[in-house]
Amino acid sequence: MKTDTACQSCGSACGLCVTQISHFSVNMRGKCILEDINLQIHCGQLTALVGPNGAGKSTLFKAILGEVPHEGQLQFLNSEGKRSARPRIGYVPQRLNFDPNSPITVSDLFVSALGRLPALLGGSRRTISIARQALDRVEAQHLINRRLGALSGGELQRVLLALALEPVPDLLLLDEPISGVDFKGMQCFYQIVAELRKQYDLSVLLVSHDLNAVADYADRVILLNRVILCDGTPLQVMKHPLFESTMGIVEHRAV
Amino acid sequence: MYEAVTALVSLLPFSWAKYAFMQNALLAILVVVPLFALLGAMVVNNQMAFFSDTLGHSALTGIAIGVIVGVNDPTWSMLIFAVFIAIAVTIIKERTGTSADTIIGAVSATAVALGIVILSKGGGFARYSRYLVGDLLSISPQEVTALGLVLIAVLVLWYIIFNQLLLLSINPSLAGSRGFRVRLVETCFAVSLAMVVTFSIQWIGILIINALLVLPAAAARNVAAGMKSYHLWTFLITAVCGVSGLILSYYWDTATGATIVLLAALCYVFTLILRQPGR
Repeated sequence: MKTDTACQSCGSACGLCVTQISHFSVNMRGKCILEDINLQIHCGQLTALVGPNGAGKSTLFKAILGEVPHEGQLQFLNSEGKRSARPRIGYVPQRLNFDPNSPITVSDLFVSALGRLPALLGGSRRTISIARQALDRVEAQHLINRRLGALSGGELQRVLLALALEPVPDLLLLDEPISGVDFKGMQCFYQIVAELRKQYDLSVLLVSHDLNAVADYADRVILLNRVILCDGTPLQVMKHPLFESTMGIVEHRAV
Repeated sequence: MYEAVTALVSLLPFSWAKYAFMQNALLAILVVVPLFALLGAMVVNNQMAFFSDTLGHSALTGIAIGVIVGVNDPTWSMLIFAVFIAIAVTIIKERTGTSADTIIGAVSATAVALGIVILSKGGGFARYSRYLVGDLLSISPQEVTALGLVLIAVLVLWYIIFNQLLLLSINPSLAGSRGFRVRLVETCFAVSLAMVVTFSIQWIGILIINALLVLPAAAARNVAAGMKSYHLWTFLITAVCGVSGLILSYYWDTATGATIVLLAALCYVFTLILRQPGR
């Protein structure tokens, strides 16, 4: 299999658990959006999905999340060799659709996702303490009582990462924001992801538009355009002849 | 038990407190306040103000259907039609993507036109104008009790789905990734909203029911710092406007629902001025 060659470079983690995507296809309104996607994502590995707009990157995420109907199988194999069809997935969305004046705080966000009691009661002490610990992982504890609308793009991104990591997922899906996060915020975010990946032995699948970040932080890059065109280390993929013609860019030739 | 509460109200040292219709109306307001505060807060939060407006307007067609079928009390036909509209719009919204403004607008206009055409046939529309304005003072003790049961049902439902609805309003995929059943929760909310709106329409009025839902929450949004204070403010504003609106409408001899809404509108303007710049 093609995917195996790329995985030799990422043996730092236990690497025993693996998320297996086999024969994923998505058809919507008679149009084939993804065709026969086969992927193995080992823990401790950061895999970046790149591709032009409309390549099906977000659709692949939605298929993994079970939001759009798909053919094929998703299987998770943990380090003891136990199979499960429903891995725990942490998801960091690209953007949120609240209005900036919205009275939702970071704490409300955590309570709504984790709490038993309705968030309008303020959340139990236990839930709040879990939220604080989760925020601590991304150095964002001080943001707990801030409104989501009052956060910067980078802060919001970190908060969403903290939420996705509580509880620690089998597979982390990161959908990188297209706008609203400055360069420094992005660097900070990727550094935190890199550290947490080691610490928790996370499998990370990243949709990225920032090819410099991909080159710096990803172990493996997958070029997607309806089908997987190319799969390997960042250097291998970015030098591949298909890369330039698919992405339609010239300025990244230096990579 | 109901008599005990009205007896308590009649002890109040005001002239209006002696009348049975005012006692019933006051108790109705006390039930409607938490009910509308909870629903309104969620409607505004999930940007569904236009949707709930449509539910109100669909009541006209609901009444018309009731007339065609030949029932005396059109409450049931209104209820069934509003639930149908709620589910239809939810499905259409899902199929076509996020912005459903145009579809909702079209459904709303159609429902109003259809209702008016059927009800005005033979020139008898004036008979139904009470639904447009609503008459809270006509509420009976049985109806207040029924409203109380609706409130209990909504409280139970909110306890179960509030968090899911909130996360859903922030990002549906995020809610889905936490194992929340997004569609089910959304439909539950739409249906319960449809039922509450149509059930209360005969006392509040088609023209203003949405304002009563939306205005207090919109005002609360200007000053609230989190979900807890948002709900507290919504509740307080609804309560103050509800009770004082009822009493003022008694002294001014005006429609109760509209008087309450006018006070809520004042609250909205006031909080808009209070709102800190940069929020």
